[in-house]
Amino acid sequence: MAEKNAQNAGTVKKVATRESYGNALKELAEEFPDLVVLDADLAAATKTSIFRKAYPDRHIDCGIAEANMMGIAAGLSLTGKIPFVSSFAMFAAGRAFEQVRNSIGYPHLNVKIGATHAGITVGEDGATHQCNEDIALMRTIPGMVVMCPADDVEAKAAVRAALEYQGPVYIRFGRAAVPVINDKPDYKFEIGKGSVVREGTDVTIVATGICVDSALGAAEKLAADGVNAEVISICTIKPLDEEIIINSAKKTGKVVTVEEHSVIGGLGSAVCDCLSANLPTKVKKLGMQDVFGESGSAAALVQKYGLDAEGVYKSVKEFL
Amino acid sequence: MNNLELQKHANEVRKGIVTAVHGAKAGHPGGSLSAADAFTFLYFEEMNIDPKDPDKKDRDRFVLSKGHTAPGLYSTLANRGYFPVEDLKTLRHLGSYLQGHPCIHIPGVDMSSGSLGQGISAAVGMALGAKMNQENFRVYTLLGDGELEEGQVWEASMFAGHRKLDNLCVIVDNNNLQIDGPIDQVCSPYPIDKKFEAFNFHVINVDAHDFDALRAAFKEARGTKGMPTCIVLHSLKGKGVSYMENNIDWHGKAPNDEEYAAAMADLEKIGAELEKAGEA
Repeated sequence: MAEKNAQNAGTVKKVATRESYGNALKELAEEFPDLVVLDADLAAATKTSIFRKAYPDRHIDCGIAEANMMGIAAGLSLTGKIPFVSSFAMFAAGRAFEQVRNSIGYPHLNVKIGATHAGITVGEDGATHQCNEDIALMRTIPGMVVMCPADDVEAKAAVRAALEYQGPVYIRFGRAAVPVINDKPDYKFEIGKGSVVREGTDVTIVATGICVDSALGAAEKLAADGVNAEVISICTIKPLDEEIIINSAKKTGKVVTVEEHSVIGGLGSAVCDCLSANLPTKVKKLGMQDVFGESGSAAALVQKYGLDAEGVYKSVKEFL
Repeated sequence: MNNLELQKHANEVRKGIVTAVHGAKAGHPGGSLSAADAFTFLYFEEMNIDPKDPDKKDRDRFVLSKGHTAPGLYSTLANRGYFPVEDLKTLRHLGSYLQGHPCIHIPGVDMSSGSLGQGISAAVGMALGAKMNQENFRVYTLLGDGELEEGQVWEASMFAGHRKLDNLCVIVDNNNLQIDGPIDQVCSPYPIDKKFEAFNFHVINVDAHDFDALRAAFKEARGTKGMPTCIVLHSLKGKGVSYMENNIDWHGKAPNDEEYAAAMADLEKIGAELEKAGEA
């Protein structure tokens, strides 16, 4: 369906990373026979329904009870299963935070959390369902890997990497269709490794998730003004690829971070943690500026909060 | 195992509880003592376990959902041979493996727990995993009666009843006291049995300190098919230490040296009576 839409749309293929997630679960089910998928009455929205259709006996609907679902996943992992637990980011990381911390993080169990509908691109549902705090929450749990894929290719690669990794992993997926930018033959994915998706010398833009595309668009606009921006894509926010950030900051001396998340505790904070300890550099953090979101279309919200290519371009210009 | 032997083991478990809490200068003796007979019955008779092979694959699982009564679990595990009884004195000390609440890295501990309401969910997950893997082990989890005020307990119970997890045995230690007062005055979970029945459990009420009754209850639970079982233990908080019995002050407080001596004197007396009964 998404592929068809992409073709209809013309040049750029667009896929929501939640759909990539559902497809990846199904595609990896044979290779990982211990994989089971849990959901909390949101299978149609989180796209675990794609997996459920193919493997109904390995899909467990826990009902609308996210706290219990995290505990069930913990128990299942102790019988050898590899549970992928799904809900909206708000309920997986927010409501069930303490269950994730105490029942999954503390015993360091092999549970994967696939959280969809992260950030403001949830859109019309509004602030109650737009989770801009999940990266911050999950990043504080010792031993938790936190990933935020940028597109279809990276989302599928992250699901595979999570299954191959032993220990708790949180992956953040989005609701809205986003352009595919990593469909290159030499694309490689590794937990904890970022990538330079555009080389430059004047300013470093570090982005995660859907904001990588905005950063690339902003870099094009900056180039027209004679500013040569380097764009770094960070999928794994924890553990952070410190080397790639330090090396780029050494070169440019100025860093802008972009994320569909609060500027408190997310990618921007992680980058600041890294640079303040290693290479004090001026950083501007773009994201949700300590405010709640609101209802609106995903595109309109991204524009309003300055996270589209134009918004990032303007903020970088102001910063330089 | 005959009842006299179980009673002797339970008395040793109780000594270990007060010794551990005294050594820690903190901890929860009341609810550990009320559940000491249940702990003893589970680890010395009911469960398929092997202290020499704590992680054996087909073992029955136990999750202490009321994790603050870790002294009860630890003392039982030590007396059963999982680790030295002497180590109980290191409970809660910096560097000790005996953490204030159960930690999965301790020999014999199947799941970290202590944040109330969470252990039962993990136990439900284990029971579901056993069913999915077509394995025959059973899963036991012990809850406090105050813990029933946590909403997650009922999320887990709804799921267990819905999935007909007959390999799951939920045990509630109904000693009627929680930190802020009697449970029916703080926020009553009564009727406990009717609630679990409504969540599609088979429910058994039992005297927590009568080994014949415990044996019958756990046998009935094992024989129950098509639904999980809930055993409601009608217990006495602080059981075995006279000044702690039914006294809310001893929910989460350690005895000082004098109080420790008095507690041990009570338990030594019970031990001597049990020895005498054995000789008779």
